[in-house]
Amino acid sequence: MTSETADLVVIGAGPAGLAAACEARELGMSVVVLDEQTAPGGQIYRNIESVTDDRQDVLGPDYVAGQELAAAFRRSGAEHCGGATVWNLTTDGVVDYIADGPKTVSGKYVLLASGAMERPFPIKGWTLPGVMGAGAAQVLLKGAGAVPAGPVTMVGSGPLLYLLAWQYMRAGVRIAVVVDTTPMTNYLRAVPKLPGALAGWPDLSKGLKLLGALRKGGVKVYRDAREVAIEGRDAAQAVTFRHRGGRIELPARLVLLHQGVVPNVQLSMSTGLDHSWDAAQHCWTPVTDEWGRMATSSLYVAGDSRGISGALASAVQGRLAALSIGQQLEKLSDLQTRAAPLRRQLKRYMAIRPFLDTLYCPREIHRVPTDDDVMVCRCEEVTAGQIRGYVKLGCLGPNQTKAFGRCGMGPCQGRFCGVTVTELIAKERKVDCAEVGHYRIRPPIKPILLRDLSAPKDEEP
Amino acid sequence: MATEPYFVIPAKPGSSTVTITFEGRKIVVPAGISVAAALLAGGVGVFRTSIVSAAPRAPFCMMGVCFECLVEIDGISGRQSCMVPVTDGMAIRRQEGSSALDVSEGAKDDV
Amino acid sequence: MQRTDMYTHREKRLTIVGGGLLGAAIGYGAAKAGAEVTILDQGDNALRASRGNFGLVWVHGKGTTMPPYVDWTLQGLRLWPEFQEELLNRTGVDSGLENPGGFWLGFSEAEVEKRATALEGINKNGTKVPFEILDRSDLRNYLPGIGDAVVGGSFCPLDGHANPLMLLRALHMGLNQLGARVVNGVTVTDIQHDAPDGRFVAVADDGTRWSGDRIVLAAGLGNASLASHLDIHAPVLPTRGQVLITERLQPFLHYPTNKCRQTKEGSVQLGSTAEDTGVDDGTTSDKIEWLVRRGVETFPALADAKLVRAWGALRPLTPDGYPIYQESERFPGGYVVSSHSGVTLAASHAELLGPWVSGLTQTPPEFTSFRGERFLDTDSSFSNGY
Repeated sequence: MTSETADLVVIGAGPAGLAAACEARELGMSVVVLDEQTAPGGQIYRNIESVTDDRQDVLGPDYVAGQELAAAFRRSGAEHCGGATVWNLTTDGVVDYIADGPKTVSGKYVLLASGAMERPFPIKGWTLPGVMGAGAAQVLLKGAGAVPAGPVTMVGSGPLLYLLAWQYMRAGVRIAVVVDTTPMTNYLRAVPKLPGALAGWPDLSKGLKLLGALRKGGVKVYRDAREVAIEGRDAAQAVTFRHRGGRIELPARLVLLHQGVVPNVQLSMSTGLDHSWDAAQHCWTPVTDEWGRMATSSLYVAGDSRGISGALASAVQGRLAALSIGQQLEKLSDLQTRAAPLRRQLKRYMAIRPFLDTLYCPREIHRVPTDDDVMVCRCEEVTAGQIRGYVKLGCLGPNQTKAFGRCGMGPCQGRFCGVTVTELIAKERKVDCAEVGHYRIRPPIKPILLRDLSAPKDEEP
Repeated sequence: MATEPYFVIPAKPGSSTVTITFEGRKIVVPAGISVAAALLAGGVGVFRTSIVSAAPRAPFCMMGVCFECLVEIDGISGRQSCMVPVTDGMAIRRQEGSSALDVSEGAKDDV
Repeated sequence: MQRTDMYTHREKRLTIVGGGLLGAAIGYGAAKAGAEVTILDQGDNALRASRGNFGLVWVHGKGTTMPPYVDWTLQGLRLWPEFQEELLNRTGVDSGLENPGGFWLGFSEAEVEKRATALEGINKNGTKVPFEILDRSDLRNYLPGIGDAVVGGSFCPLDGHANPLMLLRALHMGLNQLGARVVNGVTVTDIQHDAPDGRFVAVADDGTRWSGDRIVLAAGLGNASLASHLDIHAPVLPTRGQVLITERLQPFLHYPTNKCRQTKEGSVQLGSTAEDTGVDDGTTSDKIEWLVRRGVETFPALADAKLVRAWGALRPLTPDGYPIYQESERFPGGYVVSSHSGVTLAASHAELLGPWVSGLTQTPPEFTSFRGERFLDTDSSFSNGY
């Protein structure tokens, strides 16, 4: 078996992973970074090393800021293994992955930095061609420079949606309409969090600027929209929603949905270590100590996969985790001194989170569909009504509903239905999500070709 | 069969391109982009039909998570088009339902 | 089984501890027979053998060291088709039974020879289990695409497979429709007798009490500790089995085999390991890789399939691998049932054990073979076949 060892194995080459790798190298650790993409950057800094000047201009300064981190990573001497699919992970730091055949690397410590994914938006018609995530559209922009060919309809809530709209405006794309689903009541709830958020003033003012630019650009915005549905038989044709007591229907061929992002916890959950339900962000997060370590294992988590925190905070978390690991490996003796300035930075970056979490908390009806026909599991085509039926049969949690109805058994392995199913069951049973629990995630962490696992291995001497 | 493209990739003078086919139709796209991006800009509306109800599907997440963008690439079905970069001459077909294995005599020997 | 008349006037409240394939099937049969059934089942994350079941409905090769088990299994196969029909009609859920015959596959001549001898042994007093020994080219007629690593195998026309999860759901829907009560999230830790609140009282770890006139322990591994409360010896131990599940594929494998089967939904299951790992129902990369290699050797075309899930589950095995079906002599109306063949024997568990635990039929004479005391015989040594 091809097997190597390192002081630190990092999974994921986004801001958290790259920053951790840099910090760990500075402390003299051997570092291997495994990443599914071929080039570093993660989703947020996707294609950062090869992006063209005109596209930089469209994507804006926050994106371009990633260049410095990527360059530092390239200089750091960390081993970068791109195009790697991690499929198994143990609590003592053994990582099995596929990269031109099956490979294994053992880390004295492993940092999980697998980032975030878009929160599912389970509404009628969300499986139709012509409907995709706003994050997906941004990937198209970063990776291929692709922009909508015709007028685009943007639906939902949250910074990424507005940022993409702003980027599209700069690229000259016509935005047909923004259907903003942020509940008006959220604004009231968020107000008390504003003073705390002011510590993160740069973030806050950036957000306001984006919204202002949209308004100035003459983009039609429907605020406080609810009960969104997409109509069409074989492709999206229209979007409908309730607005000020009436139902509005607008023709729409390309609909971009977004209601925030959730931690991608597939890796950390596969270890069987504890996760808790974050009632503010409506998602699961791994239980860690202040440095990101999971229980007493060899595993640390940093960045959005530990809880949504944004690119800058993620990088700082990565550095803090690397420092703590450095101390475990006796690479430093002044942990607290080194950590103090980073902690202050982190505090500043995180200051805006409670405000954002409150303001952009997605509507329950867009998280937990009341319409029985809405598809919850896109892979196995299981509806909300079917899940509710299994609860009536006595199922207490998602593993039982999965066994009864195949919900979560498809190739996405429950990534796109996990939080929805937990919330659906909790609502139906009238209990907390924490009590309902989550899917038991089993390897392989991504579907892998049997060919890749059965390939001949170099035998150990 | 081609529909009005959902996305466009503004042409850049002097940048290199590759030619791929979808269901036999030639599409010229910039080099280095993903198959999914190429097809979305190449007028492909339906990437696959779903396994249970044969409903039309197309990419949703573009980051390897949702498995909606599965297509057959160079004879191998079930590939995530958002994770695979285009190469010149690549032959892509729509994925109809679940993947098929070739168990015919002779097929087995190439493993 | 012979029906007794003791039932009409008393003892209708039946508590079943365990809602897996075994408990649910017995409960379903009992509810059909008129019992007032309460099933106590654990929560979402219980150790559930039923979820890891490979799904074979299978006789050939079983019971080499216990002839009554061959008869019991054959009876189970005979009852299955009608049971499937009845369950489907009642619930609309298809348990997926197909019995086109099944193949056992061997990777060496020695292995196939050993197999042939064992199968002949089962039939030494007359053919009970029809079988054929086949070489590779015979096998290819039935199993196109089989790999060169497979040198031969055996075929039995009685064998087949079903979908364990759909069967479990059908049973639970059936229970629901028959008015049985299924209570989830209950972990029973004690059984009390002739308490003020009932003849048998199952006491849960949270202190809740569930009383009934009769009780069945179908708690899988839990029976090991619970059975002593009924004065029955049930040394059930976990043997871990890991299985692999691929993406859904177009149908290519039209017969179940002992190492690999394609479900009606299209996914291929590759199984399974047998490991002595205590109560750890996890998976390990070395076993996953081993199963993958063996799967690809069996059907080389599987190299192009994607692995979606690996699964670990604990088989509740007795030392000889055969079941325990026993009524307590000290506490009549109390039963212990342990079997890891929850799919093969589902129809028997429902149609025969259901009425039996309800007190409607007498204990069949062959059940003397299935008493737990057999493991107390210090002169015997046991092998569970794994």
